[in-house]
Amino acid sequence: MATIELRQIRKSFGESEILRGIDLTIRDQELTVFVGPSGCGKSTLLRLIAGLEDSTAGDLLLDGQRINHVNPARRGLALVFQTYALYPHMSVADNMSFNLKLAGVPKEERERKVAEAARILNLEALLQRKPKELSGGQRQRVAIGRAIVRNPKVFLFDEPLSNLDASLRVRMRVELTRLHRQLRATTIYVTHDQVEAMTMADRIVVLQAGSVEQIGTPMELYRQPKNIFVAGFIGSPRMNFLSATLQQNTSSGTMIAFPDGATLHVPLISKSAQAGEKVTLGLRPEHAYLAENSVLAAKVQTVEHLGPESYLHLLSRYGEAMTVRVNGETTTKVDADISVGFDPGSLHLFDKSGLAFESPSMLTTGTGVSN
Amino acid sequence: MTQHQPVLSGDQIATRPRGRLLLNVPAISVLFLWSIVPLCMTLWFSFRRYNLMEPTRTGFDGWGNYRYLLSDPGLGLAIWNTIFLLASILLITIGLGTLLAILFDQDFFGRGIARVLVLSPFFVMPTVSALLWKNMILHPENGLLAFLMRSVGLKPVDWFAVAPLTSIIVIVSWQWLPFAFLTLLTAVQSLDEERKEAARMDGAGAIAMFRYIIWPHLGRAVAATTMIETIFLLGIFAEIYVTSAGGPGFASTNLSFLIYRYVLMEYDIGGAAVAGLVAVLLANLLAFFLMRSFARNLDA
Ligand SMILES: Nc1ncnc2c1ncn2[C@@H]1O[C@H](COP(=O)(O)OP(=O)(O)O)[C@@H](O)[C@H]1O
Ligand SMILES: [Mg+2]
Repeated sequence: MATIELRQIRKSFGESEILRGIDLTIRDQELTVFVGPSGCGKSTLLRLIAGLEDSTAGDLLLDGQRINHVNPARRGLALVFQTYALYPHMSVADNMSFNLKLAGVPKEERERKVAEAARILNLEALLQRKPKELSGGQRQRVAIGRAIVRNPKVFLFDEPLSNLDASLRVRMRVELTRLHRQLRATTIYVTHDQVEAMTMADRIVVLQAGSVEQIGTPMELYRQPKNIFVAGFIGSPRMNFLSATLQQNTSSGTMIAFPDGATLHVPLISKSAQAGEKVTLGLRPEHAYLAENSVLAAKVQTVEHLGPESYLHLLSRYGEAMTVRVNGETTTKVDADISVGFDPGSLHLFDKSGLAFESPSMLTTGTGVSN
Repeated sequence: MTQHQPVLSGDQIATRPRGRLLLNVPAISVLFLWSIVPLCMTLWFSFRRYNLMEPTRTGFDGWGNYRYLLSDPGLGLAIWNTIFLLASILLITIGLGTLLAILFDQDFFGRGIARVLVLSPFFVMPTVSALLWKNMILHPENGLLAFLMRSVGLKPVDWFAVAPLTSIIVIVSWQWLPFAFLTLLTAVQSLDEERKEAARMDGAGAIAMFRYIIWPHLGRAVAATTMIETIFLLGIFAEIYVTSAGGPGFASTNLSFLIYRYVLMEYDIGGAAVAGLVAVLLANLLAFFLMRSFARNLDA
């Protein structure tokens, strides 16, 4: 049982405010991912929860208790560092039991707990080795083992996979998710990689420039990004953005006009956007297809064959770059003139401040909030 | 387009032992001239009758010089003093150096200036620093210490008469502290910040942090500092010459000062050569033990 609550958490280093009032609840047993571009304050937020940094303002609660000033070792949290931060002169077993040793736990119990963690992580054969005799993936597992041995209320991971090569990263991703299922411990996982966030998270917190942009399950963020930043950040390849002008608000949606006057009815509404306002149309590459005739005419710039699928990189006739996912066997050639089709239901629309338009029938689309 | 083949690749050189030997000849001959020739000359002199006061008495003396030196009551004391000086100064400089290094690793107001102040003794010549200490700090009449002791009602002490070896230890430690401090500071600063944070999360307080994280990390730097200081401190001379002149009696005479005594007070080159050989032997013994105890650290 462990929930973490952040209330108006702020953090400044000197003049610059890195975290600008974060409100957040980390639910019990969930794997929550903090995701955001590099430098947005993810690590700072995690270190603040761990107790390695003090917040400038705000409350940090663990199971309802304010822990702002509790010593990091006493918070019952375990942090796995990006660089693993193993103790190079200690064996794997000593690395894992250092915390217990400092806490005065008897040797037999220490050995029992280390053996237990080693079994979970498949490290039994390596217990007497020094960190420098291990591969990157093994070091990673030792770092996780060090956390498990402490039996923490909450696991904290700071970009734990970013030092591994691509194939190992995919394997460790699966392994970490499995480990979380097995241990059922509340976990916070920091990454700048939206793929990691999408694949691992129960709940994602998108951060940008020290503020929370949106909180939700991976599919909520994918289907209903609250703003243009989240829309562009979640999903790969990135969502296509096209500029247009709001022509008319209707009861069932919004009529927008492209630069050449062509109009399009989008089944999304906004309470604040006015006619004549600049808006941005969003269309994911996987929701677009080649059509006979559509408002979106474009010229093919490059064709990327990935095998199971291909990506066409286009220049729309309004001069904007677009990406469309097509069949892997596509025969479309560079410089071909094509037309991009889409289902109006898959469109996204953002007002001039980047805020997303909403579906007029939010409650009936079935894409609503799941628990 | 022609491909240029390297004339001789690294592998080829390595697999041709004769070529490798040939390439090493210049280095080996310089090393030979540099170290073996003086050693042989010393060995030669150690068996000769060679006293500048008696130029007519020459020829082989057999073990005479050795017998003479080994019966000299000064020798045992000089060896002891050499080791005692070395051990004390190593202990003080590395102990204080570590403390200072950890202190200077923290951020505090005026750290830059303080660091320069700590380092400055290293830039003072040994002779000058010995003179400074002798005349301005430890002098029983004019010294700073004498002034302080008088001002609290104590009787000033003639340090070089009462505790000559301790005084020299203080002076040389003062000179070598900056060196130890600098190497240890570099080592402390190279300690990964995340490793310290991991230890903090593991519940390490200041003492556990030092014992389990910082000190093991300093192993290599301590080994290197010990080696380098040992090389220089085995031959402390200027500080003794300027302050206590090896006295009273032999109380502050180390091996290098003993050699000086033989040569320039008794003009006995043969005796000095034997003392020199003892010094070489001692240095090698120490080097052997140091290498053995630090070898593990150095290849870590
Ligand atoms: N100790 C510090 N002192 C000053 N600035 C810092 C410190 N730690 C982080 N920052 C700044 O805070 C911002 C966020 O850093 P960080 O939390 O590490 O970002 P992220 O982990 O999201 O990449 C960065 O601009 C970084 O320069
Ligand atoms: Mg980071």
